[in-house]
Amino acid sequence: MSEPRRVIVVGGGLAGLAASARLAEQGLAVDLFSLVPVKRSHSVCAQGGINACNEVARQQGFSEWMHMDETLYGGDFLADQPPVYEMTHWAPKIIDLLDRMGVPFNRTHEGFRDLRLFGGSLFKRTHFAGATTGQQLLYALDEQVRRAEAGGAVTKYEHWEFLRPILAEVDGATRCVGIVAQDLRTMQVRSFRASAVVIATGGCGLIFGKSTNSVSCTGAAAARCYLAGAWYANGEMIQVHPTAIPGADKCRLMSESARGEGGRVWVPKTKGDTRHPSQIPPAERWYFLEERYPKYGNLVPRDIASREIFDVCVNMGMGIGGENMVYLDLTHKPREELDLKLKGILEIYEKFAGEDPRDVPMKIFPAMHYTMGGLWTTFTPEERAADPVMDRDSGRQRVTGMALGATNTMQTNIPGLYALGEVNFAYHGATRLGANALLSCIFDGLFAGVGIANSARDEAPDPASLAADVFDAPAKQEQDRAEALRARARAGAPDPEVNPYLIAQELGREMTDASTVVKTGERLEQALGKIRELKDRCARATLADASMWTNQNLAFTRGLSDMLRLAEVILAGGIERKESRGSHYRLDYPDRDDANFWKTTIAEYDADADAPRISYRDVIAPMVEPRARTYGKTQSAPEAVRQPETPAPAAS
Amino acid sequence: MPNATSQNGTVEDPAAPGVGRTRTVRFRVKRCDGPGKPSRWESFDVRVAQGEGANILACLQRIAANPVTAEGAKTTPVVWDAGCLEEVCGACTMVVNGRARQACSALIDTLAPNDGDEITLEPMSKFPVVRDLHVDRSRMFHTLKRLKAWAPIDGLYALGPGPREQPARQQERYAYSTCMTCGCCLEACPQFRLEPQPGRWDTAFVGANAIGQTLLFNEHAIAGELAPDRLDEMLAPGGVSDCGNAQNCVKVCPKEIPLTDAIAAIGRAATIHGLKRFFAR
Ligand SMILES: Cc1cc2nc3c(=O)[nH]c(=O)nc-3n(C[C@H](O)[C@H](O)[C@H](O)COP(=O)(O)OP(=O)(O)OC[C@H]3O[C@@H](n4cnc5c(N)ncnc54)[C@H](O)[C@@H]3O)c2cc1C
Ligand code: SF4
Ligand code: SF4
Ligand code: FES
Repeated sequence: MSEPRRVIVVGGGLAGLAASARLAEQGLAVDLFSLVPVKRSHSVCAQGGINACNEVARQQGFSEWMHMDETLYGGDFLADQPPVYEMTHWAPKIIDLLDRMGVPFNRTHEGFRDLRLFGGSLFKRTHFAGATTGQQLLYALDEQVRRAEAGGAVTKYEHWEFLRPILAEVDGATRCVGIVAQDLRTMQVRSFRASAVVIATGGCGLIFGKSTNSVSCTGAAAARCYLAGAWYANGEMIQVHPTAIPGADKCRLMSESARGEGGRVWVPKTKGDTRHPSQIPPAERWYFLEERYPKYGNLVPRDIASREIFDVCVNMGMGIGGENMVYLDLTHKPREELDLKLKGILEIYEKFAGEDPRDVPMKIFPAMHYTMGGLWTTFTPEERAADPVMDRDSGRQRVTGMALGATNTMQTNIPGLYALGEVNFAYHGATRLGANALLSCIFDGLFAGVGIANSARDEAPDPASLAADVFDAPAKQEQDRAEALRARARAGAPDPEVNPYLIAQELGREMTDASTVVKTGERLEQALGKIRELKDRCARATLADASMWTNQNLAFTRGLSDMLRLAEVILAGGIERKESRGSHYRLDYPDRDDANFWKTTIAEYDADADAPRISYRDVIAPMVEPRARTYGKTQSAPEAVRQPETPAPAAS
Repeated sequence: MPNATSQNGTVEDPAAPGVGRTRTVRFRVKRCDGPGKPSRWESFDVRVAQGEGANILACLQRIAANPVTAEGAKTTPVVWDAGCLEEVCGACTMVVNGRARQACSALIDTLAPNDGDEITLEPMSKFPVVRDLHVDRSRMFHTLKRLKAWAPIDGLYALGPGPREQPARQQERYAYSTCMTCGCCLEACPQFRLEPQPGRWDTAFVGANAIGQTLLFNEHAIAGELAPDRLDEMLAPGGVSDCGNAQNCVKVCPKEIPLTDAIAAIGRAATIHGLKRFFAR
């Protein structure tokens, strides 16, 4: 028997692990690359849960079709619909599979899987394992990949960094045939050949400085694909989570499950009330989400909650003690119940804020959380008859999903280069519903893995047949890039002008200020100017470490340069999208404009200008027509606030 | 127009409003340039504000931006390992003031409340140092492979739901399933020793976390099929009987995993398994 074809998977979060397990099952050899041991990937951070229709919800009127509809509505209709159809219809099967792998899902008295309520839905459709669902799911997939590793099908390259895809002309077309990567311990740079390359490197939170993401979520890997010619779609769509605990190094998430389990958001009705929260009687508290959104209450989607909290704090100056913070209150719930369902996240608060949220309401504020935009990916649509059970609410005869096994499934515009999980732009449109990301990552790996296997086996050229120079030249370029950085190194603190850590801080501050909850064209343009300045400074950045062993200083500075390019994509997309949709809220264009912008933003790298070129593609929407996304809002303000005063400057 | 200064309302520089007085904290860091290189101590002074929520990693970031020792000598940024920053990935484990713990959840306001207070940072001693505070814990992942720490499912296709499970059992498994392979329990264990040679990993003591994982998988309906293989490993040299019952592990586990319960249960199961194996011969 001939050697199996090799596939490279970059990233060992949920998406990369699910893909690796699937590819191994399909008989391919997998080379799995990750900055951190895969079991420590960012996916461990997910707390709340994973969505899927289930029998209880079905009997209460829910269905796979409605899960799809909620996802599209939540995403303000920006997502291509067939992938969302397929994902939501696979969801129950994925939960079953995870269950067989041994995920300790919370159980009902009788031993069935328990469910909780999550944002953007009126049905309980979220499965969870304590308050560490992401950790539990990641471990389950990690175990399956370890099993494949023990069987010889998977080879891990942990503490390795992906530096760029290798492209080659094959039969007159450009294809991805491998990658250049660096061992972050020995600092060895080398090329790897493959029949297909899968990018599953997660989101780009670090571009915003402090976010809820892990330190490896720099976006640099996605930026490197973009710089090599891959399209980056909907970059401006960044989700800001309404409830994070502000901190010095990161903003720790307070999961939406705190609201799902009955958490109430409020501020004192009297501006600047300095009383301890327990001293403020219920009648003197303003539960602004419940008042403004009687139907969804505290469980409105994230962008809306973030904007309302921002409005209450920044525009109305009603934040706690005049600061940018509101209360998230669980103190009315019994301690035992809280411990049973939310222990993990309550401990996080206790640990990092030093107060017990079972006794004292938590203080929270919005923070950058999720990257809806990402590498553009395609698929093969498949029309079929509507399912009488899953699609009973659709009122349709025919539906459109994705063809399983199609070799272009989740392929970027570069053949042979695929993107899975948070790093692609699929599924979540202009904002993501809570507990849909874990689903999309695992679905991507399992579903697209079949097509990728087909492509690697049947379509791709044998990488061994390609000339050595195809691989050596890009490796040499990366080697030179690293050497150039090292050549500028000298011990001690660099001048602030060229200090990579300070440039990164400035990048984070600028992006958070200009391009998160509320944006304007003017402010975004200003930020773009700032990024150009930072790019120039970064090109001259000075290292403090010239070592050829575990040089984190070098990796950081190289990543920063690529992050700056992705920041430009995010800003340029935001400037061009002159409307408000989902997470993208333009004060100067407050309404959704379907006529002009019901479109996917595409950013393509223009190497001569070292800047993105923006264009648009139609959204693929064969099933659901866009409708207004209001979540049943009413006008409401507390009597105490007669006239909103002059906008309060936010704390800096 | 709401101007959008600081939309995440976080505090970066100690001069920001809402933050208390600043103080200088002295970090003593045990450094090492790489395997086989000698160790040395370096001190750094870092400004920290009361109430800004700074942890050890935030201070290491400040040192990276300004790698100058307390004596004014220019040096290189300290190398450390980190991931989640919220004590769930296990990456940032190091020895803080003599005790292994996660640096991301080590708050400066608690550890060094006063001006001039000192914090000592060292790499864990039971794992080979890669550089400075960054150690190589491959051995822990290797052990998981050896223990077949997985459920041998039939494949990834849809085959219906998994086994039903009583909530009490789920709760028990869940506790062990929060183990983040951090190594604190191994650092604290008198029986677990540094073993740089991978060839000796399979005969040296496996340590508490591995015994906890054995229980986790043996308790699951599908993963439990491989229980005999895991118990074989627990009976082999370096298995559960090497535990001296010092109970240090359970005291330092940041996830409060009932490791000594697992040690007792697996000890019993291994004994019974050994007897069965003996009589089946
Ligand atoms: C605090 C928090 C809570 C969340 N809670 C939920 C929830 O309850 N429900 C839900 O559905 N979603 C939740 N999410 C979102 C969800 O966790 C993520 O979207 C998802 O885990 C992303 O998985 P991934 O596989 O795409 O990437 P990740 O898990 O981010 O993994 C990325 C991988 O890529 C590797 N990598 C990155 N760059 C490189 C490079 N250059 N070279 C080599 N390797 C590289 C990393 O090492 C890592 O292995 C949450 C997110 C956060 C931040
Ligand atoms: S009880 Fe056993 S495993 Fe735990 S510290 Fe003591 S010797 Fe080590
Ligand atoms: S058992 Fe506890 S201390 Fe040991 S590795 Fe796991 S989480 Fe860390
Ligand atoms: S960084 Fe993940 S545990 Fe500290």
